[in-house]
Amino acid sequence: MVAQNIGFTIIAAAMVVGALRVVTTTNVVHAALWLVVVLSGAAAQYILLAAEFIAVTQVLVYIGAVMVLFLFGTMLTRSRIGTDSGLNNSYAKLGIPVAMVLFAAMSLALADSFGTEELPTDSSLINTQQISDQIFGPYLLPFWALSFVLLAAVIGAIVLARKD
Amino acid sequence: MMSVLAIEVPYWGQSLLRVLGGLVAVLLPAGTIVYVFLFKMMSFMQSRLGPMEAGPYGSMQLFAEVGKWLQKEDIQPDNADKRIFRMAPIVVLMSTFLLVAVVPFGPDAWFTNFETGVFYALAVSSISVLGILMAGWSSANKYSLLGGLRAAGQLIAYELPMVLAVVGVVIQAGTMNLQQIVLAQNAGSIFGSDIVGNPYVLTQFVGFVVFMIAVQAELTQAPFDMPIAESELVSGYMTEYSGFRFLIFFIGEFATAGVFAMIASTLFLGGWGIPFSWFGWTDMDSVANWMNVAGPLIVFTKMMVLVFLIMWIRFSSPRFREDQLQRFAWKVLIPVSLANIMVTAVLKVAF
Repeated sequence: MVAQNIGFTIIAAAMVVGALRVVTTTNVVHAALWLVVVLSGAAAQYILLAAEFIAVTQVLVYIGAVMVLFLFGTMLTRSRIGTDSGLNNSYAKLGIPVAMVLFAAMSLALADSFGTEELPTDSSLINTQQISDQIFGPYLLPFWALSFVLLAAVIGAIVLARKD
Repeated sequence: MMSVLAIEVPYWGQSLLRVLGGLVAVLLPAGTIVYVFLFKMMSFMQSRLGPMEAGPYGSMQLFAEVGKWLQKEDIQPDNADKRIFRMAPIVVLMSTFLLVAVVPFGPDAWFTNFETGVFYALAVSSISVLGILMAGWSSANKYSLLGGLRAAGQLIAYELPMVLAVVGVVIQAGTMNLQQIVLAQNAGSIFGSDIVGNPYVLTQFVGFVVFMIAVQAELTQAPFDMPIAESELVSGYMTEYSGFRFLIFFIGEFATAGVFAMIASTLFLGGWGIPFSWFGWTDMDSVANWMNVAGPLIVFTKMMVLVFLIMWIRFSSPRFREDQLQRFAWKVLIPVSLANIMVTAVLKVAF
């Protein structure tokens, strides 16, 4: 377990640095690229937890799709090289207490639901089949509901984008 | 790679072997593809000889080219975002090296036997888009930015049919592990006849065609070369790159072609295997040990066949317009591959 802990510390440190740079950097594209570092750190943490399907999904969805679209949009609209002024608005300071409250709420929720539970140390991997059995079995209804949310978002985007 | 030669190798030795094997598996196909197809085949198709001076039949031309690029001055535009400019080619090449990690080369000759191999391959192949966008943006050049944006739009559009085409194979094999997919193809049978096993190019032909078209687009080879259209964008996102940085992009392009062809041959042509019924093998354990040596050669042969197809189309097709390109992806390839998934799933349940 020592190796995992060392790995976790290194990845977590990289993620924290990346997250700080996302909000402190003065260039929008740099911020997006630092976000890539944070998201790939999350994928690496999933690998450490032996959840490889979720790790790969994280890479495919967040790095391969979301961040690429993000960069695509940023480069189409405000693609200046160098520093951008006016990236922080007047509510920037308000973000700190909000982040604190969110952090506290999430830590409480995690500690409440998992407590002192530990991951099984033997190599009982949760394989992809078990995940799909869960999604298409007991969690089918939430899965459908999520698809409807996505469908609504897509239709909304088309309505907003179409002029005629 | 655990017991290829029946010698116990310590963990660090195995890791070193894997890294060296990865370098060979990426760079050797890239060099071969450039010489055989880009230099020679392209020349013959255009009624010329191609490089003839360096070595017999110009076979040493590649080393001369690499030497030339390494000597060239490393130019970075004044207004470029230097750090990202330098990082971009490495990100592109990194995605190729990550990609080769899941390709199996024999019953024991693999880098990682990843449970979700296909899914992983599709995920890391999309990292190269990030590098292309970085290159296009950081060059501080309108043409580069346009090229980067075109590349991103194209790669997003063609990633979907690629994923959907693979789903058919995954349904038929019942696994996402590439090693198991190889096993399912070579130990399988079509309507009870196991003479050629069950290579999915026969039973998943629609998926194979869609996958190869999507690969062509992912590699930005003609007719999908809008992003690097040299006649209008001066090589797009690569415009400002010179010397060894351009060399990295160049290697990345052809190495990715090779690795994608390896993945396609694993998914559709049976990978390292030959039909198991020829030798009376039934499962992974009964495969003879010499397949660890023959396997890489078989993968290489199949890869060359597929790259030949890719290059043939590249050298003989005119360029798609941007609107045709997007319409083709969204209105033809994606519906076709969705229909393929439905038919495959229905047949899988029926049989």
